[in-house]
Amino acid sequence: MELLVQQLVTGIATGGIYACMALAVVMIYQAIHHLNFAQGEMAMFSTFIAWQMLAWGVPYWLVIPLTVVISFAGGVAIERLVIRPLGDAPVLSHIVVFIGLFAIINSLAGFIWDFTIKPFPSPFGEGSQFGGLISNHQVGMIAVTMTVLVILFLFFQYTRVGLAMRAAAENPASARLVGIRVGWMIALGWGMAAAIGAIAGILIAPIVFLEPNMMLSILLYGFAGAVLGGLTSPTGAVFGGFMVGIIENLAGTYIPEIGGELKLPIALFLIVTVLVFKPTGLFGRTVVQRV
Amino acid sequence: MSVNTTTTADSQAPAKQGVSLPAPAAATGNVKIMRTAGAILLAIGVAAPFLSGNFLIFQLTMMMIYAIAILGLNILTGFNGQFSLGHGAFYAVGAYTAAIMMDQFGIGYLWTLPIAGIVCFVVGFLFGLPALRLDGVYLALATFALAVVTPQLFKLTPFEHWTSGVMGIVISKPDAPFGLPLNPDQWLYFLTFAIGLLAYVCARNLVGSRTGRALMAIRDNPIAARSMGVNTALFKSLAFGVSALYTGVAGALGAIVVQYISPDSFHFALSVALVVGLVVGGVGWLPGALFGGAFIMFVPNIAEELSKGLSGAVYGVIMILMMYAIPTGLGGLLKAALGALSKRSTTR
Repeated sequence: MELLVQQLVTGIATGGIYACMALAVVMIYQAIHHLNFAQGEMAMFSTFIAWQMLAWGVPYWLVIPLTVVISFAGGVAIERLVIRPLGDAPVLSHIVVFIGLFAIINSLAGFIWDFTIKPFPSPFGEGSQFGGLISNHQVGMIAVTMTVLVILFLFFQYTRVGLAMRAAAENPASARLVGIRVGWMIALGWGMAAAIGAIAGILIAPIVFLEPNMMLSILLYGFAGAVLGGLTSPTGAVFGGFMVGIIENLAGTYIPEIGGELKLPIALFLIVTVLVFKPTGLFGRTVVQRV
Repeated sequence: MSVNTTTTADSQAPAKQGVSLPAPAAATGNVKIMRTAGAILLAIGVAAPFLSGNFLIFQLTMMMIYAIAILGLNILTGFNGQFSLGHGAFYAVGAYTAAIMMDQFGIGYLWTLPIAGIVCFVVGFLFGLPALRLDGVYLALATFALAVVTPQLFKLTPFEHWTSGVMGIVISKPDAPFGLPLNPDQWLYFLTFAIGLLAYVCARNLVGSRTGRALMAIRDNPIAARSMGVNTALFKSLAFGVSALYTGVAGALGAIVVQYISPDSFHFALSVALVVGLVVGGVGWLPGALFGGAFIMFVPNIAEELSKGLSGAVYGVIMILMMYAIPTGLGGLLKAALGALSKRSTTR
């Protein structure tokens, strides 16, 4: 029983990271209807920036907002410089460009900070709560994820910019007619996705250690979460992310064939199963196609 | 709607259809150019292994192997409009089928090729069944997951008895049969060359056949295709199967040529490379596979030379710039060039 509770808690904590990644993926999917395969690498790069600042002796409480701001600017810049010129290019071109970005960011990070594995300190310090049931870092991960979610919810529900972004994603033509600058709203979406990715990267780095390839599997779990919750629903994506974290941990513990470190096939299984049986995910809208 | 049709719809075999050219004379002129180019390529292909060192022969062999895999991907993406970011998985299945058969059962390497093809056909067909319900981004996502998971699948403990887990399998290099005066590298080159040629001819015939037309009809408008009596489910799964068969044979050849496989040889980057090769060569243009193969074989080396640590970045920049400059790949570029050429010759 204690093992079950322990695994549930761990699952929720890692699920928080997947939820952040899923949320970042869904935000960009909402804005441009493409999946950003470079999302994980963007988050990894942000985490390296944070690591570098820590290495220079910048205090932690300053590092996080700085990283978030730099990542936001980076996300906007990528949208403006790389994605926007593509316009309405076919899906395959977009995929190739995302993969190109993936290669560039991965290689840059390896070039600047090399490929050795680096420890990354937790912003919440060592130690644990509730008699060792849950570490401080896990508590922090859950708290931060929840905070991000609430802020995003309020932003999209009650602010002018948030509403404008939703309008631009929902119906670009009409949004433009009422005076919303759709192009900038998309860039803003990219910036926010990059910022959320940065937070996810900083939170996951103390667990998986920092190295240029750390995000590939995290991104896959993020995708799984997004698909499970529905690519059209940010709330769903977050829920999906938590679910994937829990499922991953429980399956890793109770199905011996899967074992400890080989949990990645679960993500594939989840993605294929959800896409086949309920392609819209648990919370997504059905998109009706016209002939 | 499948969104990709804009690139693929008009980029098929320029030689055969002479797409929107003003006069039939121009079209036959193009056929002539293409035939001559093909003959020259063939001659170079036969002569190359006698003129170059063993390492270059190995590289050329790998180039052709990638070209076969890309050919398979092209049948799926270019002619049936289904994406796959996960063809590295089928390549891996082919490679493992060949390696396990040779390693565990001592079966001759030539026999492993058709069997690897059949195994991959079945695997691809089965993966094609759930893929039926997905299109565009969703299919890209599912196959992306497949690609990322592939190395881990082959590390799973239940299969360890066969796959030797992370240790991988070592294969010995076959000698040339019938006492042919060729060293093993040259022999493997010619074997790959012959198989590649066969694969190309088969792909060409498939695309030109009734089945090929059904595949393209599904690509261009699945609903219209269905209402004309095309069994879309069957043909889409078949396309996946045939595509996987090609890639699987390529994987088996790759295992024999490289002489070693391990789960990490089939990293996500392999699947990416195949997609990149496809796009560079030209989606929906079969000869493009050769150029795609050359690109993924040699451009990383060039990038490596340009900048030691930043080869990945150089590679990525080349990819993105290509998408801006020639989104239809070399196939589209060539077609445009030929079109301009024949237009000028007819106006004269």
